[in-house]
Amino acid sequence: MAISMQMPDFLIERDQNRCIKCKVCVSQCANGVHVWDEDENKVIANEEKCVDCHRCVVYCPTHALNIKKAPLEFKENAYWNADAIRGITKQAEGGGVLLTSMGNNKPLPVYWDRMLLNASQVTNPSIDPLREPMEIKTFLGRKPDSVKIKDGKLVEKLPPQLEINMPIMFAAMSFGAISLNATKSLAKAAEACGTMWNTGEGGLHSDCYQYGKNTIVQVASGRFGVHAKYLEAGSAIEIKIGQGAKPGIGGHLPGEKVGQEISETRMVPIGSDAISPAPHHDIYSIEDLRQLIYALKEATRYEKPISVKISAVHNVAAIASGVVRAGADILVIDGIRGGTGAAPLRTRDSVGIPTELALAAVDSRLREEGIRNHASLVVAGGIRNSADVIKAIALGADACYIGSAALIALGCHMCQTCHTGKCNWGICTQDPKLVKRLNPEIGAKRLTNLINAWSHEIKEILGGMGINALESLRGNRLMIRGVGLSDRECKILGILPAGE
Amino acid sequence: MKRVYAKEEVCAGCKLCEVYCATAHSEYPNSIIKAFLKQETKPVARILVEGNQSLTFALQCRHCEDANCTKACITGAMHKDPETGIVINDESRCVGCWTCILACPYGAIKRNENGRKVASKCDLCSDSGEIPICVQKCPNEALVFMEVSEGGK
Repeated sequence: MAISMQMPDFLIERDQNRCIKCKVCVSQCANGVHVWDEDENKVIANEEKCVDCHRCVVYCPTHALNIKKAPLEFKENAYWNADAIRGITKQAEGGGVLLTSMGNNKPLPVYWDRMLLNASQVTNPSIDPLREPMEIKTFLGRKPDSVKIKDGKLVEKLPPQLEINMPIMFAAMSFGAISLNATKSLAKAAEACGTMWNTGEGGLHSDCYQYGKNTIVQVASGRFGVHAKYLEAGSAIEIKIGQGAKPGIGGHLPGEKVGQEISETRMVPIGSDAISPAPHHDIYSIEDLRQLIYALKEATRYEKPISVKISAVHNVAAIASGVVRAGADILVIDGIRGGTGAAPLRTRDSVGIPTELALAAVDSRLREEGIRNHASLVVAGGIRNSADVIKAIALGADACYIGSAALIALGCHMCQTCHTGKCNWGICTQDPKLVKRLNPEIGAKRLTNLINAWSHEIKEILGGMGINALESLRGNRLMIRGVGLSDRECKILGILPAGE
Repeated sequence: MKRVYAKEEVCAGCKLCEVYCATAHSEYPNSIIKAFLKQETKPVARILVEGNQSLTFALQCRHCEDANCTKACITGAMHKDPETGIVINDESRCVGCWTCILACPYGAIKRNENGRKVASKCDLCSDSGEIPICVQKCPNEALVFMEVSEGGK
């Protein structure tokens, strides 16, 4: 075989003064990087296999390990940089579509970081959330155009609402893309926090029906695991049209990952590829989408809100308007930073638009058309912290989905190799040896901690603005000022530049 | 009595319990590096991770009610503490005949031939009076220290 020109991306440093030869790194690396050399009586490293997931570093009991970027440099070139050269080399040797995982990692502008929040000073009092009640409870679903109240009570029944204790939910991640233990961690945490987790397109495992009250069940183009009991199980149903990481592209769960449990949950034969087509084969127009929305409403006696998730693309505002008019009760916008268990690299990095711009455009459009109350707006795609959540709410979102952030809480180190199925943290894998590395009890605790921490921070920031209910911040873009943005960008975001 | 139970469904098979156990029972109980690199002989762990493919779990002395090893011991070194119920090997009396190893149905007793030959087994870290080190340090909480009546299997 001709020589490979792919050199290791990482350099593993092993401090021999600290290495006790316990071989924990050897047992923990599913990529086979660390190997015990009997002749040399020491652990050696196959660095070309390292993905920089930090499993060995975290588990090394004496902190003898360190992983660095490989020092090998290409001749400096601002155009043909290392990324460009490596991509071509890989394809010249493999001849395939370049695959990657998790969200877009390119240095695109991060609008969250170019938006700054307001606070109260002198003329209006700020609120101390430790002394006064702060309301961040959120209701998702269609709101009536007007309400009639008699004797202090609503005269007409509200359309079905999803009640969540904070404006944060766990994004759709299927059992198949992630492990059953990761799924269980999300479900348990959603129950503990009083929010929602989302099955993704992989169906609902029989162990997880008990979390139905805190579950959004998804119906995607592959219709995996969709049956009457499944639709009944959740508190809401989500139709997945698109995904931020790979707009316009379907999904492919390779047959080797389809074992007994996934086979039963997805209702596909063991070992067969589970392929989600790029489009829903029964949806080629807004009218078709309306049919599916109402079919699902009929199937669940109009008792559950129906959500539609689209990825943020160029005409997102017009599409969103159509989706809301088609009858969606919740509209989810997934931006270009959204994660995935596997996507073609070029699609992930080049298709779609930033969540922030899409959110602002959609909220503005729905308001202009007078239909903003017809659907709640949920944003997804790279929400990293509570400040991003607050900014999203102020731009017009009702709630946020977190996917990548939730996985990081579970132990993900963003090595972006989910598609290999060898996740050393037991999150994005179906290998039973690796899956058991994620203890759902610990996972749920870590997720609960994260959600509680963000909720505290949201209350703190709200208090600083002198606002005691999240409802008063929704779409309140005066609470945001832009820095380093062009006039046009400020206009799209509907915000003033800092100083004005 | 409280015993250590393994939750095999979340055991990552990392063997960190072995590292911490060996250290805790070494000449340098507070330093892994010193225990493994400075001590003249290799420290011996009293817990052993058994594994086959995806099945892994840590095993140590079960501190049996009616312990075979205590009956097999020819010097009376291996004894059950009447108060705590912990099966302990009094190394000063152990002659390293390995009869206890033959008698143990779990294979939980090891040979320690680093110095004078003695049988080496889990003492539930009874000197420390705390939760056994393997339970404290298990990174995935796959070891629990509890009464049988609390749900241990």
